[in-house]
Amino acid sequence: MSRISDAFKQKPIFMPYYPVGYPDLETSINVLEALAKNGADLIEVGFSFSDPLADGPVIQKATQVALERGVTTQKVIDAVAELRKRGVTIPLILMGYYNPMLAYGLENFVLAARTAGADGFIIPDLPPEESGELAAFLGDLPQICMLAPTTSGERMEKIARQARGFIYLVSVTGVTGSRTDLPNGIDELIQRVREHTDIPVCVGFGIGTPEQARAVGILADGVIVGSACVRAIGESPEPVKAAREFAKAFSESLSSRNKNQA
Amino acid sequence: MTTLLPAKFGPYGGQYVPETLMPALAELEAAFVESQKDAEFQKEFKNLLATYVGRPTPLTYARRLSEKLGGAQIYLKREDLAHTGAHKINNALGQALLVKRMGKRRVVAETGAGQHGVATATVSALLGLECVVYMGEVDIARQEPNVFRMKLLGAEVRPVSSGTRTLKDAINEAIRDWVTNVGDTHYLLGSALGPHPYPTMVRTFQSTIGQEARTQMLAQVGRLPDTVIACVGGGSNAIGIFSGFLNDESVELIGVEAGGDGIASGKHAARFGDPSKSRIGVIHGTRTYVLQTPDGQIADTHSVSAGLDYAAVGPEHSLLRDMERAFYTSATDNEALEGFSTLCKTEGIIPALESSHAVAEALKRAPKMRPDQIILINLSGRGDKDLNIVTSALRVSTMGGKI
Repeated sequence: MSRISDAFKQKPIFMPYYPVGYPDLETSINVLEALAKNGADLIEVGFSFSDPLADGPVIQKATQVALERGVTTQKVIDAVAELRKRGVTIPLILMGYYNPMLAYGLENFVLAARTAGADGFIIPDLPPEESGELAAFLGDLPQICMLAPTTSGERMEKIARQARGFIYLVSVTGVTGSRTDLPNGIDELIQRVREHTDIPVCVGFGIGTPEQARAVGILADGVIVGSACVRAIGESPEPVKAAREFAKAFSESLSSRNKNQA
Repeated sequence: MTTLLPAKFGPYGGQYVPETLMPALAELEAAFVESQKDAEFQKEFKNLLATYVGRPTPLTYARRLSEKLGGAQIYLKREDLAHTGAHKINNALGQALLVKRMGKRRVVAETGAGQHGVATATVSALLGLECVVYMGEVDIARQEPNVFRMKLLGAEVRPVSSGTRTLKDAINEAIRDWVTNVGDTHYLLGSALGPHPYPTMVRTFQSTIGQEARTQMLAQVGRLPDTVIACVGGGSNAIGIFSGFLNDESVELIGVEAGGDGIASGKHAARFGDPSKSRIGVIHGTRTYVLQTPDGQIADTHSVSAGLDYAAVGPEHSLLRDMERAFYTSATDNEALEGFSTLCKTEGIIPALESSHAVAEALKRAPKMRPDQIILINLSGRGDKDLNIVTSALRVSTMGGKI
């Protein structure tokens, strides 16, 4: 948990998502390491599921390829341990769907993730209504709460009050994937969340360029970039180099905003 | 953040969906609960069931089939005679009326065999709703006549090329569309599956099958059946007919899953029949028995009938099975084809391949029962859509000497 709060000392932070196993296991670990060592402040480490119903085409394809090439939940946990061994110190949040966690066994999954050095979980198909079973095993590791533009005021208040780590604010009604324009009303949406909580609010879904990240970073405490990151790196002939450049471009764009403010 | 109705069936069911959809589920549940108390809604629904769908559907005594099997007397609940040729219309109509009530203008649906897609396209035409149906490419190829029907009815059919290109992938795409367009769009889910309130709502709209069948048995035969048999994909026709007999302890309830090439082959959709592949899991918003890999990836399934070719079963069936109120078995592709042929030749009724699985189970059971006993089969749909598959499958089987 402390790794997460440390990460937010200098805001806004850059939070890329990348799935283990794409385009292959070894490359993906090198990519995650490169992201971590070139400006990512927190990484969402993806574990694959055959039926990712909250994801758009880019992440669908990447996680499908990862599965076809033999990634398993265990290999994802091992990848986290390997990243720690390589000196990665930023928070690593495991992101994926609930069924592979259930299949692993919730208690064992949390224990293995903790031992490997993971800092929390993001599970798009596990809303607060269903999260009690997992919560029993979490201890100090947070399940990151998600809020959406459709979340009502009352519901937002209840979820935000219980939130730990940070809040993942879904910026648009839709699946993951970058959009040309920033979502309308994102500033209001962030304000609505802030009325209920002091913990960091991070915005994801639809952010694809350093410029968009910078614009969102003016409002939010963190910027989550998934599909654009997966596409830029996964489609590159040199994924590790692409990861370095991607992380640098986004973190510089976000930190220039810091300097401007200071 | 509590639901109005129970969201679970024992440990099964629930609402495992992205946050964006939680408010839509609450809105849907509220509209459903209100509609159940609203006499006007009930009147409109019942009126359309009678004057548009053609309900009540008949209860037919299968005299020649019963004589041929030489055991129990067999009765058929004729959902194949409902408008559009399957029970799917009951639920599609109920949900479409709710869509109007909620003030939405667009529906998305998934379809496997195409029966639910056709039913959704039909009620959308009837009520003036925009309709998009997601259908796996594999299913489009094997259920072509229904694709034409949906298009004729004004629906847009969107082929799904992700994953296994069958029903589960069509559901993924329908949910993705719904998440994106949730403001004006309703997901018209076709089976007793998915997140709460769908399993409860779909059962309610399909319960008309069981209510009618029970009344008809008493009126035409003077007694209840000993055994009720229905095929189970997601399980909406089964839960519809079972619901009429749940409180009649003497009535045995049998669900028939798709045995595909046989359980041992691994190529099947028998969620209750293969402990090596089936465990409790979460898929498409609900917790239930799911065919999956040891790593929790949803397994590929196989069935000659697209409508049963799905890796998970409706959550209420999981509970009925745990409680031993209903029992579940499976019929292989070949057994279903034999059921298909037998019903065609003895009764002049061409059943859907899905329903043929229920017929297949009756072929096994009836000879072992006494002539004073009664089997009621839910004949959930007609088989016109399956003629291409059956013609080629039976030819193959003939060469193999099986049929």
